[in-house]
Amino acid sequence: MSGGGMTRARFVLGVFLAFILMAPLVLPEFHVTLLNYIGLYSIVALGLVLLTGVGGLTSFGQAAFVGLGAYTTAYLATAYSLSPWITLLAGLALTFAVSLFLGFISLRLSGHYLPLGTIAWGISLYYLFGNMEFLGGYTGISSLPAINLFGLVLDSGRKFHYLIWTLVLLALLSINNLLDSRSGRAIRALKGGGLMAESFGVNTARMKIVIFIYAALLASLSGWLYAHLLRFVNPTPFSINAGIEYLFMAVVGGAASVWGAVVGAGILTILKQWLQDLLPKLLGQSGNFEMIVFGVLLVLLLQRARDGIMPLVVRHFPAPDKPLPAATEALTRRARPAVGETLLEVKAARKAFGGLVAVNDLSFAMNSGEILGLIGPNGAGKSTVFNLVTGVLPATGGEVHFRGERIDALSARAIVLRGVARTFQQVHLLPTMSVLENVAIGAHLRGAKGVVSAALHLEAWRRRSCLRRRRANSSASDSRLACTNRRAAWR
Amino acid sequence: MNSEIALFLIQDGLTNGAIYALLALALVLVFAVTRVIFIPQGEFVTYGALTLASLQLGKLPGTAWLLLGAGLTVAVMELVQALRLGATQRIPAIVLKYIVIPAALLWLAWWIAPQKPALTLQILLALALVVPLGPMVYRLAYQPLANASVLVLLIISVAVHFVMTGLGLVFFGAEGSRTPPFSDAQWKLGVLNISGQSLWVIGASLGLIVALFLFFERTIYGKALRATAINRVGARLVGVSPAMAGKLSFTLAALIGVLSGILVAPITTIYYDSGFLVGLKGFVGAIMGGLVSYPIAAAGALLVGMLEAYSSFWASAYKEVIVFTLIIPVLVWRSLTTHHIEEDEE
Repeated sequence: MSGGGMTRARFVLGVFLAFILMAPLVLPEFHVTLLNYIGLYSIVALGLVLLTGVGGLTSFGQAAFVGLGAYTTAYLATAYSLSPWITLLAGLALTFAVSLFLGFISLRLSGHYLPLGTIAWGISLYYLFGNMEFLGGYTGISSLPAINLFGLVLDSGRKFHYLIWTLVLLALLSINNLLDSRSGRAIRALKGGGLMAESFGVNTARMKIVIFIYAALLASLSGWLYAHLLRFVNPTPFSINAGIEYLFMAVVGGAASVWGAVVGAGILTILKQWLQDLLPKLLGQSGNFEMIVFGVLLVLLLQRARDGIMPLVVRHFPAPDKPLPAATEALTRRARPAVGETLLEVKAARKAFGGLVAVNDLSFAMNSGEILGLIGPNGAGKSTVFNLVTGVLPATGGEVHFRGERIDALSARAIVLRGVARTFQQVHLLPTMSVLENVAIGAHLRGAKGVVSAALHLEAWRRRSCLRRRRANSSASDSRLACTNRRAAWR
Repeated sequence: MNSEIALFLIQDGLTNGAIYALLALALVLVFAVTRVIFIPQGEFVTYGALTLASLQLGKLPGTAWLLLGAGLTVAVMELVQALRLGATQRIPAIVLKYIVIPAALLWLAWWIAPQKPALTLQILLALALVVPLGPMVYRLAYQPLANASVLVLLIISVAVHFVMTGLGLVFFGAEGSRTPPFSDAQWKLGVLNISGQSLWVIGASLGLIVALFLFFERTIYGKALRATAINRVGARLVGVSPAMAGKLSFTLAALIGVLSGILVAPITTIYYDSGFLVGLKGFVGAIMGGLVSYPIAAAGALLVGMLEAYSSFWASAYKEVIVFTLIIPVLVWRSLTTHHIEEDEE
């Protein structure tokens, strides 16, 4: 049965690829144009699936990055007659710099500041495009050159179609690879497990910046394509409303699968086209009335099916529980301290929450080879002591030493690097990840593979989603076991 | 720039800043009580201004129909819920609140609008038509998701903003409107001309702030809202209904929004989509106060008004760019001053 799901998924994928391949040859111009737009929007929405759907960071400002890519190429290609391939690199470089700066500022803030910040700079950049004289003001820049691909001039929508969809598929592939890697597990832990991931050495702030930049670069790429497809740019398609629509696409598609981006972009683009024909006739005046329907649709979707449409689709294609990865060498054990060496020394540790002193000058020492228990009634401050030792909470006073080194001023990440692992009272398992993946987060610091190699890694593509089945929604005792193993993976 | 222009810009900045301050207060209120970042706040400004403009032209404002439509939808939802719970005794109140009163207001507006009544009456009617939309919006969009994360609620807010802007276009059209000022008085103070309208705006804003202060300090409902803002679960345990708190805070936010719209309508031309930017400027102020502090939010909003006045003098094309880029240093400042531990919020 589950094997059937896999074959069915391959069949649907095959039909889809055949459709994309054949479309420009058989479909009328209008439909090819529509497909091109779906492709362009899919690339932006893909970035948002990674950023918002998987990473839990909401951005309304992606349209500004699309504009950045589009305007860079439009300006450089017309004012300096540079090749579009050079301007692509320039656009990506500029977007990288801008997104690094914006991400650095806003990503360190708690959840809702980021979306508000993205709204603000989304508006800001839109007015900037519209007011810069060298960018043509609100009229924009026209007569951009066509892209020349190895001597083939892409001067029609039909020819452009293949370039767009090749890039969509490459983007899909790269994100799929990325999510099924060491970095990908860390990214997937950002939403709902940031604290836990940080306690296992994941640099969550860096991971957030990485996916923010990745999403911005995809948006910029889409902008480059857009500019050379239309061979004209003006500020309107990069306004905050467009940014909101991109987010709608990602939310409608849902984060259950990277294909959600394509599905969301497809549904919204076709729906918009249809409503733009229908509503003005119905209401007897012209205007962007489709936004009413989009808004209502989104509210209903979030109220009824918060994870979007994809989970409903994916359900019909259950992938089999793949065999576990072939046995690899066991991770080497860390050098063990000599028995009797003082491992952990807590000296007059103190934690006060305002007037409430949760830990009152606690001192103890623990030697290698010992098992030390900390007992006390509810509210005695046992968990707080754990949080002080592992750097989750800063101590109000006192010192913590680990193997002679003072660690109470270090970050949680720096402490775990020195060999202090922990479990949590609540097990902090991530329900969208498999048991194995949950355990693998514990070994985050035992690997070194970065984001770029993960996105390009072909082996990972073959093993695609092998760890993605058997979700971690097991019984309480199983959850506890998985949690303990995760700690043990960091030995 | 001479001192005359500088003073004029200060007056302009204070007038706009007072409006932004009101909106910032409403945003802080709604966020503290319901955790909703109320992007559609600006649409209430638009609706208020354009409803009044329609009434002044002797036309039936589209918001009257919207009120009935929203009322009917809420009524259906509430009736289904009442029947499911077997609480048939609630039915008369639901019918009265969500069907009879909106229908009566529609009829009243239809009857009275062509007679062009006195300005006070028009303002009261505009308030009666638009303010009830606040709690209705809460009931329709937010209440079913009251326990969702801030981010989900924010996306809902943006969706509601989309819907309300679109409906604004349907009801009011793409043309802007400006209403005649409340007072044509002008005072000369040294070199400065003080317009009666800007005194109205500043005075009404101050009055509203005092009224809000008294409401929060002296009334049981105000205290219930404060309790909910401080501890939602605790407030619920002592009998403050979250749905009541949500509807009440949205009613207040709508009231503040509509009043701001009525105050600002004689100063600037309002289009169906003007509210978004006006609301967001209140936001920049609110964010300065971390969405929790009323005084800092109000001060921040005044600063935004000043900044806007001066930047429209120095670089008018870049006015919006400057105001919205201001948020970046504010974010930096907040990120340096907030030491928070990542909340594991789904």
